[in-house]
Amino acid sequence: MLSSRRSFSEIPRSTPHRTGVGTGIWYRGGVIPMDVSFMLNGTSVTLTDVSPTTTLLDWLREERGLKGTKEGCNEGDCGACTVMVTDVDGALPLNACILFLPQLAGKHVTTVEGLSEADGTLHPVQDAMIVHHGSQCGFCTPGVVMSMATAHLNGDTDHDTALAGNLCRCTGYAPIIRAAQEAASAPVPPRLFDLSKSLPAAASLPVNQPMTSDELAALYMSNPDATLIAGATDVGLWVTKQMRDLGDVIFLNKCADLRGISETPDGWRIGAMTTIAEVERSFAPLFPGLGTMLRRYGSAQVRAAATLGGNIANGSPIGDGSPAMIALGATIHLRMGDARRQMPLEDFFVSYGKQNRRPGEFVETISVPHQADTLHGYKLSKRFDQDISAVCGCLNLPVLDGRFGAVRLAFGGMAGTPARASRAEAALSGQPVTRATIDAAMVALASDFTPMSDMRASAGYRMKAAQNMLLRAYHSLSGAETDVQEVRA
Amino acid sequence: MSVSKSLPHDAARLHVTGAARYVDDIPTPAGTLHLAFGTSNVARGTLTGLDLAAVRSAAGVVTVLTASDLPFENDVSPSNHDEPLLAEHTVHYVGQPLFVVVATSHNAARAAARLGHARIDAETPILTIDQALAANSRFEDGPRIYAKGNVQAALATGTNRLSGRFEVGGQEHFYLEGQTALALPGENGDMLIHSSTQHPTEIQHKVAEAIGLPMHAVRVETRRMGGGFGGKESQGNALAVACAVAARATGQPCKMRYDRDDDMIITGKRHDFRIEYDVAFEADGRLTAVDFTHYARCGWAMDLSLPVADRAMLHADNAYHLTDVRITSHRLKTNTQSATAFRGFGGPQGIVGIERVMDHIASHLGLDPLAVRRKNFYADSNAGIAQTTPYQQPVTDCIINALVERLGHSAAYETRRAAIAQWNAQSKVLKRGIALTPVKFGISFTLTHLNQAGALVHVYQDGSIHLNHGGTEMGQGLFQKIAQIAASEFGVPPGQIKITATDTAKVPNTSATAASSGTDLNGMAVVSACQTIRKRMATHLGEVYNCAACDVQFKDGQVQAGATQLSFAEAAQLTYQARISLSATGFYKTPDIKWNRIKGVGQPFFYFAYGAAVAEVVIDTLTGENRILRADILHDAGQSLNPALDIGQIEGGYVQGAGWLTTEELVWDDKGALRTHAPATYKIPACSDRPDVFNVALWDQPNPAQTVYRSKAVGEPPFMLGISAWSALADAVAACGPAYADLQTPATAEAVLTAIHHTQRGAPE
Repeated sequence: MLSSRRSFSEIPRSTPHRTGVGTGIWYRGGVIPMDVSFMLNGTSVTLTDVSPTTTLLDWLREERGLKGTKEGCNEGDCGACTVMVTDVDGALPLNACILFLPQLAGKHVTTVEGLSEADGTLHPVQDAMIVHHGSQCGFCTPGVVMSMATAHLNGDTDHDTALAGNLCRCTGYAPIIRAAQEAASAPVPPRLFDLSKSLPAAASLPVNQPMTSDELAALYMSNPDATLIAGATDVGLWVTKQMRDLGDVIFLNKCADLRGISETPDGWRIGAMTTIAEVERSFAPLFPGLGTMLRRYGSAQVRAAATLGGNIANGSPIGDGSPAMIALGATIHLRMGDARRQMPLEDFFVSYGKQNRRPGEFVETISVPHQADTLHGYKLSKRFDQDISAVCGCLNLPVLDGRFGAVRLAFGGMAGTPARASRAEAALSGQPVTRATIDAAMVALASDFTPMSDMRASAGYRMKAAQNMLLRAYHSLSGAETDVQEVRA
Repeated sequence: MSVSKSLPHDAARLHVTGAARYVDDIPTPAGTLHLAFGTSNVARGTLTGLDLAAVRSAAGVVTVLTASDLPFENDVSPSNHDEPLLAEHTVHYVGQPLFVVVATSHNAARAAARLGHARIDAETPILTIDQALAANSRFEDGPRIYAKGNVQAALATGTNRLSGRFEVGGQEHFYLEGQTALALPGENGDMLIHSSTQHPTEIQHKVAEAIGLPMHAVRVETRRMGGGFGGKESQGNALAVACAVAARATGQPCKMRYDRDDDMIITGKRHDFRIEYDVAFEADGRLTAVDFTHYARCGWAMDLSLPVADRAMLHADNAYHLTDVRITSHRLKTNTQSATAFRGFGGPQGIVGIERVMDHIASHLGLDPLAVRRKNFYADSNAGIAQTTPYQQPVTDCIINALVERLGHSAAYETRRAAIAQWNAQSKVLKRGIALTPVKFGISFTLTHLNQAGALVHVYQDGSIHLNHGGTEMGQGLFQKIAQIAASEFGVPPGQIKITATDTAKVPNTSATAASSGTDLNGMAVVSACQTIRKRMATHLGEVYNCAACDVQFKDGQVQAGATQLSFAEAAQLTYQARISLSATGFYKTPDIKWNRIKGVGQPFFYFAYGAAVAEVVIDTLTGENRILRADILHDAGQSLNPALDIGQIEGGYVQGAGWLTTEELVWDDKGALRTHAPATYKIPACSDRPDVFNVALWDQPNPAQTVYRSKAVGEPPFMLGISAWSALADAVAACGPAYADLQTPATAEAVLTAIHHTQRGAPE
């Protein structure tokens, strides 16, 4: 374990390496402490020598004694720990349970304790929750209120989407939605708008929190065993659930040049640290099929933290980002030191848990070529919102003069990696858009994949549903109503 | 009067500001230690040893306790003394606690607990209903059988006959606040326990046994739970007992809270059932014979499984009058979590059985399922027809016909059913369905002696009032309702009443807050206590102001005695100065209930609560994906004590019930390990799963039974309104083909697609 850490020996440390147990916070063995500065409910906080994998939730509750933020699942699935995190780009709802303290550097954290005014005047969403009986047991309520307040601040009135990541077991949600609707017309307390103007002064960042991709490239070359942390929506669980010692970590959240989407003559370049929410915002208007799928990627809290690069680099067979990008013909751009290479995204995934990525190499950019929108994105999961896909089917089906063009079919959940269905593609490409063609492609799909059975779905169902996604696209092309979400009573 | 007002939950402001304190939020003394269980990863076997060296030497670990370290009783069972806190020789399920780590932090305890290694001689586990039947692994000697009439003869002579079988899934409670307990050792070995429990007295009882002291040495306090739903009726025992034992051993305060995965892996859930039915009926759908067989998967320990399975039998009729009926109930013992109480307590499983029968008959006869249901309803009480349940309790308060009539009208059931048929005829991929299902739910603990409650009320000399009773607050609004009752009794605003934490030192020998009984029982006990004090005050003031005690009026914060008007505070002050006690206990026991649970005969219930729901759904015939489009509910809460809180129970119960039957799927692997042990894999309804259109109304008649202010219990009954969603899904599936829609539960997208294939392939009946 120590040898992998040697290249970090020049990192300045103000205290000796800590192991063992602090007062309530678990300092995981061997991890180098870090310094971090941020604002909390209007007060400046400077922490020195914290374990970098201390979660905001543990710190708030155990160190700071702020017990309003609740732990419901400790994996970012219930939203009871939702806080508002503000920076120059605005305010985001984030799950404090899988948010490491260094991710907060330079930001302002508002917890439920800091939402109402100092004189006790409640925030409009708090008032509305009382008036509409939006709390019963009250345990999910602080998280619900923080999601509502963040959406309220951002003028977001799609309440179902804003609250998809906040589970409530008591109310059946109806009174919460009524409260959100009522509060929507109330003005935002000015104080919350001003938070982005009073961020902490830029402090010098720890070495393992690089500010550019060049710094990252050098640092990662020098310690290729380090764990890269982007949005921590998955890595967070390695810590909170698997209780893994991550060893050395590198936080990517300050690499400004890794974030953002730019347009080139050929298409778009998406920085690896671009969040799913940002991808959704930019691409949903261009590719509505992608938009409806990304709207269901995790929850508002997860999309605000998770990054496209993280979703891809992690190589999960069930992540939704990769099939979508593969179907759009995306290229992945990797960097190791100053060396760069690129490949079609599908080639990055070698086998389950194995990617075509060398030690010290990281995902820098995903590029997507310009194209007309012919994408159909289908996400199939047990629950509509905030669920991992049993099958994710992204079907890019260009049609010209009654015939399919060069189709790209990418699936998640059907194999050990996100993958293209090459035989089904062959059965479609160049063929007339007929039911017979679709039937042939459905048959061919059965030879593309051998899915497995697990707690999400049986193998047989996965295959049947994936085949039927082709049929659904066909019906959709012929104008039939195919989406249960669009039906109203 | 403050009763009947839609006042907010008493803690609403605390909830929205994060100031409401749950057990894990209570500031703890320095030196508080934290506990975590090391658990079995084998479902069945003999424990031959524990290798705990790595655990003991892990960072932050203070001590590790095993079964042999326990000083007194090693049992946390609420019933049968068959549930050791820590396994001794035999391991019964994956997740069973084997040892407990005591460490300086929660995460240190969790991390260390994973370092233990158990040596277990594994045996083949009994996991499924079929395996349990094959091994004759069960609680009680054989099946329990309740019967009325002659079912065999009636089946044999029936005009039409159908039989079927389906699986009814279990359900994880998923209270948002996980199980938590904190033990604070006092002098002389005394122990103060803060527990997130629906049953403080049970915690007191089990802790006292475990530390070898009388119950008087243990005080249990519960201010609130972050949800209970039955999951905190017995499942908190282990944590409280572990904390008490560790606190006794170390002399330091000890706290334990389950991580979500531990919570789901260790604790019991709703019983899953297999239900078989054999029925005979007339051409108009009227049932002439019903033979049910229930197979309940109870898990490894008895816990509350017997009364749960009983209640399933007691609800096999739901709202339908059955003349010749038999219900046979097998209570199967398996190497899985010990299934436990969950909202409805077996009632939902019993009711979903007969609702399935109604749908099956309608499909067979080509009738509207609602027509079949109406043919079979108990007669409304005003019809003057004497009818009894299968357990021979007269049904004297039935309103289901009138209620369904009104709901059918307000929800435009018939019009919409016709419109849906038309829509389905032109919709290729998507199909809609609609269903109306009723609920009749028996109110009272079926273990009759539990139907009692106590209260303690103090009036202080400044007129403020301290209210305490045996019920616990888990979000249902019990404390608010009871404060409104107390305020009404004293004629003061509810703000004058101080709601206080449930405390075994204030009101002893309490029953669990369960069986929807919280307000019925504790509300009456509070009325009794308030009336005692009020009478004392009135007697004294009558003497002082020369009027009869019965003419002293308590109203609007004032007391009118003869010609004199006093503030309530002045009245309290005068009574105090006259050396009259302003403190009283109250007690209540439910009248008129008596039955024999072995024979299944008698009057287990004080009254019935009624309701009905219409659900409309849409399904995708290509993937089975589905959605509830609209729900219309009319529910009977008697004369509601607080309509807003009651409607909250109904909306929440409906969505939870629909979740049980749709997305909430528990999956165990063939080794007996639960694979769905976190919200990532176990899917309770999310915000967008509620119906787009959600109309809830309260039936407007008072309870004919003499309940507190003629209200009705409302905790559990609305849960079963969710069955309408499942029945509507079956209706939508039926639009896909000629055969009966053999829809299972939970109706996940996969189950719906399977049923669609079944209905398309099967031969028409």
